[in-house]
Amino acid sequence: MSQLVETETHPSRPGREGWAPLPRRPRPRRTSALLTIRAGISKRSTLTLAVLSLALPVIIWVTVWALGVVPGKFLPSPASVLDAGVEMAKSGELFTDLWATVQRVLLGFGLAVVVSVPLGLVMGTFTAGQALFGPAISVLRYLPASAFIPLLIIWFGIGEPSKFLLLFIATVFFNTLMTADAVRRVPRAMIDVSYTLGATRGEVLRKVIVPFSLPGILDAIRVNAAAAWNFVVVAELIAATEGLGYRIVRAQRFMQTDKIFAVLIVIGIAGVTFDVMIRLLRDRVGRWAV
Amino acid sequence: MGGMTPLAGTLDMRGVSKDFQERGRKVRALEGVDLRVEPGEFVCVVGASGSGKSTLLAMVAGLRTPTEGTITLDGAPVDGPGPDRGLVPQAGTLYPWRSVERNVAFGLELLKVDAAERARRVDWYLAETGLSDLRTALPRQLSGGQQQRVAIARALVCEPEVLLLDEPFGALDVQTKEDMQVLIRQVWRDTGKTVLMVTHDVEEAVFLGTRVVVLACDPGRVAADLTVNLPRDRDLSVKRTPRFLGMRAHLEDLVRAQHQAHNARVTAGDR
Repeated sequence: MSQLVETETHPSRPGREGWAPLPRRPRPRRTSALLTIRAGISKRSTLTLAVLSLALPVIIWVTVWALGVVPGKFLPSPASVLDAGVEMAKSGELFTDLWATVQRVLLGFGLAVVVSVPLGLVMGTFTAGQALFGPAISVLRYLPASAFIPLLIIWFGIGEPSKFLLLFIATVFFNTLMTADAVRRVPRAMIDVSYTLGATRGEVLRKVIVPFSLPGILDAIRVNAAAAWNFVVVAELIAATEGLGYRIVRAQRFMQTDKIFAVLIVIGIAGVTFDVMIRLLRDRVGRWAV
Repeated sequence: MGGMTPLAGTLDMRGVSKDFQERGRKVRALEGVDLRVEPGEFVCVVGASGSGKSTLLAMVAGLRTPTEGTITLDGAPVDGPGPDRGLVPQAGTLYPWRSVERNVAFGLELLKVDAAERARRVDWYLAETGLSDLRTALPRQLSGGQQQRVAIARALVCEPEVLLLDEPFGALDVQTKEDMQVLIRQVWRDTGKTVLMVTHDVEEAVFLGTRVVVLACDPGRVAADLTVNLPRDRDLSVKRTPRFLGMRAHLEDLVRAQHQAHNARVTAGDR
């Protein structure tokens, strides 16, 4: 342990006599991979947990329903929800509603992407762009999109424009800021080297900054697509004659909780499908990024 | 061959100074640097951290502008980055979405060189840097040394007059570093390029350079400029010869003195 120090390197420093030994504590036991921070788990465990994650809510639902503690009027049985879903599918209204909703998402969120990606590129690339748009967007994104609904109705009426413009407002600012962040991750040294290889400013933008940040931009789009799905239903709750949100409002009037459940499940499936499609695109585009 | 004119690649720095703003205060990073690099020379600039050696290289590359003084390449003033001065930084500048060969081809694509000619030239430099078998690999699949080979080939394919190396092997392990030193010597001999290299590794500088320039700190300026008296053709065994060791010791003393003076000033709060 403590060796005798023959020559003190800092003579004025107080010695170490009288230091108590550091407290000891037991070594932590080795835990299962499931409880170890950042440990990899087996394929089987992954699959089991994933199945559980989807099955558990259903199991709880069935249990609560079977126990009969909640009246069927409020909590429909899985069977009646399935029936309601099949019935809506047969009558075709499910598909017209789904299509109406998908159209609004594509239009409203599509418009937001078309505006926000170039804007984010400008903000992430040019300090002047950040200085010009940054402050306004940081304020605007804190204004709740739903607070714009009355204004949108006054300006555009209760037709389609106010619906997809709500989606637009709800997603455009976040997508701009997240795009700008992705663009800012291009290493400065990579840009510098590109200039020494003879690239012009436009070529640096097109051939270096855009391809480098594309996977990050698609990540941003994926996150904000979920927000678009949230707000399309909000938009349809106000005034619509078709769409999944509208279907929920109608079902509420007649206390058809089974229909509401069915529509919610459809929204979930549609949202996940959207998400998976963007993720597949992202993985294709960003194969190089591990 | 290759359109090389005999006197191309003369780099001339005259009275080059550089100031930075640091917390609202003006800090002089370099002071009156005079340095002339003749065609075909391999000049290594060594100095402790804070000597402004990387700043000097960035100014030669045209990525920064001197506060005072001029830099010329073959008589023409340097006023921005360009493919006549190829740059190889320390790490992390390969285009990760491009394969090895497409990384190397980048500069030729910008010049709109046709595909056949491009392939021919890329092939030559891939072979020169020992990358022929890795042409379709992505940067993330490569080791650090292989990545630097790509960066070197990518700069060379544009046929620069001068190759600028900014601590290119600083992030590599010792064995890989020696491989790369042998490689860069071979490339220098095969292409006849003028090379200006910045490094903090004195041994590397003596092994590679025909000349070694020592920069002083606070502000950076030329403290010594020595010709390396070793055969033009060297292999790793030269590192054990008395002449090499003597030169290395002499330069290490110079750099250490600068480093200690710098530390003393920092401790005294003179910055």
